[in-house]
Amino acid sequence: YIPRSDNQDVMLECLQRETETLLKLSQVSRITSVFFGGGTPSLARPSTIAAVLETVARHAGLSEEAEVTLEVNPTPVGSSKLEDFLHAGVNRFSIGVQSLRDDDLKVLGRDHNSQHALQTVVEARRLCPGRVSVDVMFGRPGQCVASWELELDELLSVCDDHVSLYQLTLERGTQLFRQVQKGQLSVPSDDITAVMYDSARRILQKRGYLQYEVSNFARNGAISQHNMSYWKASQYLGVGPGAHGRFVPRGEGDVCREARTQTLEPDVWLREVQQRSHGTRRRIPSPTWDCELEEVLVMGLRLIDGITHQHWQLFSPRADLYQILSSSSEVQDLQQTGLLILDDRGLRCSWQGLALLDSMLPTLLLLLEAYITQGLQEQQARGPIGDQRHGGQRVSKPG
Amino acid sequence: MNSEEPTLLKHKFVFIPLTHRPILLWTSKPVPLLTAGLYLAPFFLNTHLPSAHGSSSCLSIIMSIRSPHSCRAFICHIVCGTRTNGLSPIPNFGSIAQFTIPAISGLSILTKCGLLCIFVSGSMLVHYHIHTHGSHKYSSHCLDFTGAIATTDKNKQVLDKLQVERERGITVKAQTASLFYKYQGQTYLLNLIDTPGHVDFSYEVSRSISACQGVLLIVDANQGIQAQTVANFYLAFEAQLTIIPVINKIDLKNADPERVEKQIEKVFDIPTEECIRISAKLGTNVEQVLQEVVKRLPPPTFKKEDPFKALVFDSNFDHYRGVVANIALFGGYLSKGDRIISAYLGKSYEVNELGLLRPDEHPTDRLYAGQVGYVIAGMKEVKEAQIGDTLYHQKHLVEALPGFKPAKAMVFAGMYPMDQSDYSALRSAVEKLTLNDSSVTVQRDSSLALGAGWRLGFLGLLHMEVFNQRLEQEYNASVIVTAPTVPYKAILSSAKLIKEHGKEEITIVNPAQFPDRSVVKEYLEPMVMGTIITPDDYIGKIMSICLNRRAVQKNMVYIDDHRVMMKYLFPLNEIVVDFYDLLKSMSSGYASFDYEDAGYQPAHVIKMDILLNGKPVEELTTIVHKDRAYSAGKAMCERLQDAIPRQMFEIAVQAAIGSKVIARETIKAYKKNVLAKCYGGDITRKMKLLKKQAEGKKKMRYIGTVQVPKDAFINVLKRKDK
Repeated sequence: YIPRSDNQDVMLECLQRETETLLKLSQVSRITSVFFGGGTPSLARPSTIAAVLETVARHAGLSEEAEVTLEVNPTPVGSSKLEDFLHAGVNRFSIGVQSLRDDDLKVLGRDHNSQHALQTVVEARRLCPGRVSVDVMFGRPGQCVASWELELDELLSVCDDHVSLYQLTLERGTQLFRQVQKGQLSVPSDDITAVMYDSARRILQKRGYLQYEVSNFARNGAISQHNMSYWKASQYLGVGPGAHGRFVPRGEGDVCREARTQTLEPDVWLREVQQRSHGTRRRIPSPTWDCELEEVLVMGLRLIDGITHQHWQLFSPRADLYQILSSSSEVQDLQQTGLLILDDRGLRCSWQGLALLDSMLPTLLLLLEAYITQGLQEQQARGPIGDQRHGGQRVSKPG
Repeated sequence: MNSEEPTLLKHKFVFIPLTHRPILLWTSKPVPLLTAGLYLAPFFLNTHLPSAHGSSSCLSIIMSIRSPHSCRAFICHIVCGTRTNGLSPIPNFGSIAQFTIPAISGLSILTKCGLLCIFVSGSMLVHYHIHTHGSHKYSSHCLDFTGAIATTDKNKQVLDKLQVERERGITVKAQTASLFYKYQGQTYLLNLIDTPGHVDFSYEVSRSISACQGVLLIVDANQGIQAQTVANFYLAFEAQLTIIPVINKIDLKNADPERVEKQIEKVFDIPTEECIRISAKLGTNVEQVLQEVVKRLPPPTFKKEDPFKALVFDSNFDHYRGVVANIALFGGYLSKGDRIISAYLGKSYEVNELGLLRPDEHPTDRLYAGQVGYVIAGMKEVKEAQIGDTLYHQKHLVEALPGFKPAKAMVFAGMYPMDQSDYSALRSAVEKLTLNDSSVTVQRDSSLALGAGWRLGFLGLLHMEVFNQRLEQEYNASVIVTAPTVPYKAILSSAKLIKEHGKEEITIVNPAQFPDRSVVKEYLEPMVMGTIITPDDYIGKIMSICLNRRAVQKNMVYIDDHRVMMKYLFPLNEIVVDFYDLLKSMSSGYASFDYEDAGYQPAHVIKMDILLNGKPVEELTTIVHKDRAYSAGKAMCERLQDAIPRQMFEIAVQAAIGSKVIARETIKAYKKNVLAKCYGGDITRKMKLLKKQAEGKKKMRYIGTVQVPKDAFINVLKRKDK
C-alpha cells in the first residue's frame, strides 16, 4: 500500500523497513502476490515500486509468476507512467474507471474523464494483455436501469478479462453523503439497485465473464489471485499507513493467524516505523476456532464456489459444516427457498442467494457461535485444554 | 389567660391565587433583592406557638422568591427562638428552617387556576400582645438574612426538589401550612392547603376541600375563565363552601378584570361586586383578600370537647418514619401515645409523633379541633392512610366523614424498562414512587416483545405524565411507556363465566382478557364530561373534532361576547391519547379543556388483532370502538410498515377483527443485500457489523418467521411524541 506522500524517499525507506520487519516476523518463504492499492499508488515513482518489490524478493521468495497488481487512476499522468511501472515489476493493472459518464465522474469527485479512462485501459491492455482489471460503479446519483445497461455494454467492449462491479456506498462525512442527505442529489432506491446488480450479472455472463465472487468477474480464467487470498482466509501482510493484514507471526512463536492494522495517519506511521521498524497499531490474535472460523464463513460465502468441505476442514478439523448447520430450521428454510446450498461439495449461495448474502450471514454466524460455545463447554467439562488463548492486546503508541 | 391551648374562636377559609409571578400575599412592596430576578417581600407575624412549654415564641417570615428559571415558590422561614422579654430579635441563623410550597402557575398549560386553601381559625393568641417590635426594624433584619439564604446551595436544592412541579408549574402533591393572621386585634390561625389544581387530582382536591370551609376562586384577569376554573368551582360549590372569586394579574397590560367579572357572574352566578381584584405580583389588594376571608367565611363549628375525629387529606411516605399522614381535626384533640383507628381499614395504630405543618413539620404534643397537622402512627404503606379516610380514637367510635372513596384508575398504560437488565432498578423506583402516591395501581405484566414490566393505572393523563416524568427525573429510569388505554367493562351473559368471576360485570384492563362477544351481554366504555372554553373563532373546528371523537354535545353558552363554553360527553378512550394537543394546536393555544368522570355507557367495542403474515401479534391486540376500527387498524399497520425492516420475504401487515381483515400494508422483500466491496481493509469492519447484526438478531421477536426488532414495537406501542 503506497499512499500519496511528498517526501517519497522517507516513505520508501519506511515501506521497505516495515516490509522487511513483517516478512521476518511472518517467516513466510514465498510471496505469491503483491497488490499496490489504496489511495493513488500510481502517483508513486515507479522506482519506489521497484524498490519495495526488491525488498520483498530479498527477504522472501518472489516467483516469476507472482501476481503484482497496481491500482491505477485513469488520469493522463497515470497512463503515461504505466510502461515504467511494468518495468518496475508490475504485471497486472487494476483501473478505477468507475463510469463512462463525465458528469457522474465529476459528482463522484474523480479527476478523470471517460476519454482518459478509455485511453488508460487501451494502454494497459497493450502492456499487460489479459491482466487488466476495470472497476465499474452502479447506483450512482440519477442513474436508471436502462442507462446503466447501455453504459456497461459500452464499457465491456473495451474491457480486458477482469471486471470488478461495485455499488456506490455513501460514506458519512463525504460531500456526496451530505448532498444526498440534503436532497440535492438522489441515489436509486434499493429496489432499483437490486435490478441493476441483477442485470449487470446477466450482461457480464453473456459476454463470457464468469462471476467468481460477489463483485468480481473474470473471462479466460483471469481471476485475481491476490483477492482470492482474502476470501479464502489465507495469510497476507499489510504494509503502509492504514493497511490491514492477517498472518501468523511465527517469529514470535505463534501458531494462530493474527489480525493486524497499521497506523492510519501517514505522519505518525512514518515516525513509528523509524522508531520501531513497524507501525502496527492493533493486533488481534485469532485463536484457531472463533473469529477465524467466522471469517472463513463470511468471506468464503462471497465466492461463487462457496466453502468446500476440504477448505472448512483446514480451519475446523473437529466439526464439519453439516454438523454445525444442517439441523437448523432456518438453514433448512434457506435451502428450501433455494438461496443456500449445502451438499457434498460444500456450502455456497445460489445465484439469487448471493445477492442476499448479508441477510443470511447473521443466522449462520449465530449457529456457528452456538456450536463454538457448546464445544467449549464440552471441552471444559472434559478438563483443561492444551492450546493457549490470547486476549486482545494493543501495541502501545509511541509518545 | 396565658393558656397553652389556643381556644378556637373562628374558622375561615380562603383560596389564595398563586399565579405566574412570585408573590407575597401580605406585603405591599416587593423588594428587589438580587439582580438574578429575586423578589423578596417580607412579612412578619409575631406569634406565640401553642407549645407545651409555653415559653418559646416563633417568628414567621414569609417571602416569595422568583428564581432565574421562572420557578415559583414560597419560601417560608421559621425562626425559632426563646422568648425572654417579649420576643427576642432575630435569633441565630443556624436554627432557620426553610421549606417551599410550590406555587401554582398561571402559565401552566394544564392548570390555569390553582387553589390554595387557607383554613383560618381564630385563637386565644390575641391576649398575648407580643407584637412589640416595629416592623421596619424586622424588615431590615429580614433582608439581611434572606439575602444570605438566597445564595446558599441548600436553598437551590429546596427549589429544585420537585422538578416536575417546577417545570410544569403545577402542584402535584398538596402542601399544607399553618400561619397566623392578625386582623382587628385578633390573631387568626390560618391553615393553608395548597392543592393540585388539575382535575386528575380532583379527588385529592375534593378531600382537601372537605377539610376547609371556603375557597378562593382565582381567575386570571388576562385569560378569563378556563375549563379548569369551572371544574374547580363545581368541586367547591358541591361541597357547599363559601366561594370568594379573586381576579389576579390585574397589573398585566392586557388585563380586563371587568370582562372577567362578567364571565364569573354569568357562569357561576356570583355578583360582580363580590370579586376582589388583586395583583399578587405587586401585592395590590392582597391584604383585602385576607380581610374578606375573615369577614365572609363562616367559622368552623368543631369543638375540642367532641370525640376525636380527623380527616386524612394527604399522605407521604418517609423511609425512616413510615407514613406521614396529613390530617384536619374535625373534633376533639389528639395526643402523642393515643391509639387511633382508620375507618376504612379498621386498623389500629399508636401515635408516635404529631405536630403542625408550618409547612415543615413542627412537632407538638397535641393537636386540637380546627387545627391541621401531621401524624405518624406506624403505618407502613400509604395505602393505610388513604386520602379521604377518617381517623378516630380507639375508645370513641365516630361516624366516618362522608365522601370517602378509594382512588379509581381511569387511564392505564404499560411500562417496561428500556433494557431488561434495568428491571429490578425500575421496580424499586416504581415502588418508591407508589409509596408516595397510593392512587397509582400497579399490576405486573409481561410482553413477549418488551419483556417484564407493569400495567399501571392512573387517575388521568396528567397524573400519568407526572408519574413518568418523576420516574425519569428523580430515579433516572429509562422506560418505555405504551399508549394509554381505558378500562372497559363487560356484562357477561354466560352463566359459567359469571360463576368464574363471581359477578356479572367485569372490568377489562388488558386486551388479552377481553371476553368474546358470544359470552357477553354488552360492553361498556368509560365516559367523561368534557368542558371546553374557547374564543368563538374556533367553534367550528372544535365541534368537528369533537364529532370525530364520538362526542355528544350537551351544552353551549357564551360566557362573554366572544368566549364560548361547550360541554361534551366524550368516550374517555377518544381523549386519552392526543385530544388535548390537537385542541390546543387548532385553537392556537386559546382553548382550554377539562373533564370529569361521567360513568360508563354501553358501546360497541371490539377486539382488533394485528397479524404479521397471518400470525397474530399478542402485544399489539387492542380494544377499539367499531366505528374507529378501520382508522385505528390502518394507522397501526402503517406504523408497523415503517418500523419493521425489510426481510428476505414479503411481509403482510394486517389488522383483523375476528377473521375479517380490515386493513393491510405490505413490507416488500429485499432483492439485494450484500456489501459490494470486501477486501483486506474492509474485512474487519464487515465482521464487526455482522457480529452486531447477529447479536441484534438474538433480541428479535419472532412472529412466525418474521423478525421484529424491539424498536418496532416501541415505535408502535409507545405514545407519539408531541
